[in-house]
Amino acid sequence: MNAFWIILTGALVATSCGLLGTFLILRKMAMVGDAISHAVLPGIVIAYLLSESRDVLPMLIGAAALGVLTTFMIEFLYQKARLQIDASIGITFTWLFAMGIILISLYAGQVDLDQDCVLYGEIAYVPLDLWITESGRSMGPRPVWILGGVLLLILLLIIVGYRGLKITTFNPEYAAAVGISTVFWHYLLMSAVSVTTVVAFESVGAILVVAFLIVPPATAYLLTEKLQQMLLLTVGLGLLTAVSGYYLAVWIDGSVAGAMAVTSGVFLLLAVLFSPSTGVLTQRFRSRYPLRVTETGK
Amino acid sequence: MSDFFTFSDPNVRLVTAGTILLGMSAAIVGTFTFLRKRALVGDAIAHAILPGVCLSFIITGEKHPVYLLVGAVLAGWVSLLVMDYLSSRTKLSTDTAIGAVLSVFFGAGILLLTSIQHSSSANQAGLDQFLFGKAAAMTRQDIWVFSGVAVVLLGLVLAFFRSFKLISFDPAFAKSIGLPVRRLEFLLSTITVLAVATGIQAVGVVLMAALLITPAAAARFWTDRIQVMVLLAAAFGLLSGLFGSWISYTAPSMPTGPWIVVLLSLIAVVSVVVAPQRGIWARLRLQRGNARKIRQENILKAFYGIGEAADAPVATVTVEALRQQRPFEDRALELGLWELARKGLLHRHGAGTYALTPTGLRESRRVVRLHRLWELYLTERMNYAADHVHNTAEAIEHVITPEVEAALLKELDHPILDPHDAVIPYQNPPKPSAS
Amino acid sequence: MKTAIETHNLTVAYNRRPVLWDIDFQVPEGQLIGVLGPNGSGKTTLLKSVMGLVQPSSGYVRLFGQSLDEVRSRISYVPQRESVDWNFPISVREVALMGRYRKDKLLGRLSREDHRLADEALEKVGMLPFADRQIAQLSGGQQQRVFVARALAQQADLYLMDEPFAGVDAASEEAILTLLQDMKQAGKTVLIVHHDLHTAHQFFDWMVLLNTRLIKCGPTPAVFTTEYLRQAYGGQLTILSQVADLVKARDFPVRERSFKDQPK
Repeated sequence: MNAFWIILTGALVATSCGLLGTFLILRKMAMVGDAISHAVLPGIVIAYLLSESRDVLPMLIGAAALGVLTTFMIEFLYQKARLQIDASIGITFTWLFAMGIILISLYAGQVDLDQDCVLYGEIAYVPLDLWITESGRSMGPRPVWILGGVLLLILLLIIVGYRGLKITTFNPEYAAAVGISTVFWHYLLMSAVSVTTVVAFESVGAILVVAFLIVPPATAYLLTEKLQQMLLLTVGLGLLTAVSGYYLAVWIDGSVAGAMAVTSGVFLLLAVLFSPSTGVLTQRFRSRYPLRVTETGK
Repeated sequence: MSDFFTFSDPNVRLVTAGTILLGMSAAIVGTFTFLRKRALVGDAIAHAILPGVCLSFIITGEKHPVYLLVGAVLAGWVSLLVMDYLSSRTKLSTDTAIGAVLSVFFGAGILLLTSIQHSSSANQAGLDQFLFGKAAAMTRQDIWVFSGVAVVLLGLVLAFFRSFKLISFDPAFAKSIGLPVRRLEFLLSTITVLAVATGIQAVGVVLMAALLITPAAAARFWTDRIQVMVLLAAAFGLLSGLFGSWISYTAPSMPTGPWIVVLLSLIAVVSVVVAPQRGIWARLRLQRGNARKIRQENILKAFYGIGEAADAPVATVTVEALRQQRPFEDRALELGLWELARKGLLHRHGAGTYALTPTGLRESRRVVRLHRLWELYLTERMNYAADHVHNTAEAIEHVITPEVEAALLKELDHPILDPHDAVIPYQNPPKPSAS
Repeated sequence: MKTAIETHNLTVAYNRRPVLWDIDFQVPEGQLIGVLGPNGSGKTTLLKSVMGLVQPSSGYVRLFGQSLDEVRSRISYVPQRESVDWNFPISVREVALMGRYRKDKLLGRLSREDHRLADEALEKVGMLPFADRQIAQLSGGQQQRVFVARALAQQADLYLMDEPFAGVDAASEEAILTLLQDMKQAGKTVLIVHHDLHTAHQFFDWMVLLNTRLIKCGPTPAVFTTEYLRQAYGGQLTILSQVADLVKARDFPVRERSFKDQPK
């Protein structure tokens, strides 16, 4: 049963992150996702300190605030201070993350978070964190419910906002010309990434959030040329990653989050080599054994 | 505080010296990383080093710094190759390739690290300090090895300084003059990987990007010269290393690495704000200066306009008359009049009445002259209609420098009338040209 | 002739350096209009300011005598082909369908009529057989035709196209040209940024000749003269670009606050 809850947690994080990550990598903002997932840390710590609890709501508010602050700081350094974009991202997230670590050390007694957990979470403890109703009934692990709720929100965002996300990602200039606000969709996506990061943080840590945001969508991107398929494939890959990662971790006796990141990488490697359209080995095989004369482009 | 800065404790001396050296060498190498716009690649290399460190521990069973360094450099190089391959040979964009390598390699590192911890080999304690740095816990041996490497790195950067400068700035040109660009890039990448692998000792994997990039980014705001930039970056690395060590010396529960990074970030923020020319404060001052200039010159112009209409240039003028000449905002008019009086361009003749001083008259002529010259330039050289040029001239008259004025006068051959047939006021009216 | 586009004292800075100085022109409805000028003369910036994508420092634009927001649904914009990543996972038909996206209908479903109009647009540019292809598999000219189809699907009255003939094969050029003639017959107005002087006088009825300043705007025979072309292509005015540099270096406002022109 524990295995089930852990895999389910991983799968929920994978699905939420993958759906958002698809749009992040198509917008060439993968590293902004990475930055946000690190930078929400001080928000979490401050929410801890102010609310003196692990309640979800203060956390979400803290995280969303920090997520928006991160994008804002990056934009500020880039546009107002005219610093190059890579350095703007790098400075912003390392600074915020370092502040988070210092806060944790400062309030070590009051904050139930340790440094390592920030990076790779404690997914193994998920089954122990039960939600007990007032009548004393156990409803299963609390994180699963929270992650499930967030996933529903993200599904809603992707389904209802599909066209808005698609057009502002594909051709922002055209979207603006038609009168669609690119700024609105940008911040909507960034807020969603922050919220997902923070609820996933406790159980899987920063590293797996980044891996799930970037790697399955990147793998799917190599396998298909349709956006809807890419989203579905990302979800499928996320599930596979969660399952295989869990068993890898059991086998090596190591961190589940680390193992899931590794298996996601294995799927990416397979796609790079064997993708039907763009795989390195597939193409080499095809050029050696051409089936027939392929029709030319025009 | 005094305890620390006397450096009487040999252990403090050693650890502090080591931290400073690591910070400085990372900052110097990082200047090139910054100039080549590869900040995030540096971040990825730092993360990717972790599995290398763990593997070399698994293989050798020892934490000897040389072994760990070898593992780190190998892993760093592999990650670099994978990133290059993904971004150049697949349709993945560069940032996606960086993010994928970063998270997968780091995940592998975490997996190995936790696996080693669970196998509870007695020897492993301290490996996890790679995550956030272990400046204060460095052994004597660590410090000698890493400091040695840092010194070698500094030497290499010095020796190849001009080549590195060129390949960071313009690799195509470097190639065209016959520099072995590929080999130099290989060398620079290796130096970067080494700097990252050693710098991690101080601040850890996650924050390493800051040690590499932030000093250079801060230095960039102060100078346009790469030599100065490298020195400044090194100085910033030194300062933050020193004070980071001091903080964790006085408050042992405070982690050194994160403090170093926060200090570096503060230096960067201060640079962003106060640096001359590039800083935000300097730009705001420039803009305030522009606004002041516009405010004053517009008032001078109004004086000139009233004088021109009345044909009596230095007659006293009331504030009311100025308002009728031009729709000033109340506050701007008040402030501008006060500024002009203080600069000696105006005399105040009782309440609400002013007159131009001789300098003021000269200034007012200059502004009107520039306005009319620009209008003439627009109609003559750009063929714009005379009724369309006033608004632009209203702005550009404040921008034109004496050099541009001279060029305008030459180009338009010291004209007498503007497009609206108003006389262009000269200080010494030109002799009518001999036509 | 009614006026399709009118700009009044339009001054636009790019990166704080003025690239368009006081541009004043009017172009009539129902014409094919070329915007010409050397590289860096502000052609694309002009188009973007007409489309409200860059904020002018001063001046204003009127489209069909109204502001952009009032007539946005009658205007269609074809950005440069390089403005998108052609590896984006999307099909030809999906791109054409984007022509039916509206600010207020973004969340609702697309109607059958929307699909019909998108397909019809693809048919017109000869891309319907490729409707299910992924855009990455198209040639440059085909990509451009898809962009034009998306604009057609908007059913607009005024089309603004940025370099639709750049890097396009002969067949696509032919297809687009025929289409432009059809559009003109149907009374549409098309404004095209174009860089090729050799073809320009055959393509366009009317021309806007630019080089950071307006050189001339009018019917092709009146504009396409050696004298005007020499002015446009004979390099930038030295003093003008000196002043532009000063404006940038000193962060100077190109227009004083109280002098922002507004439409009366």
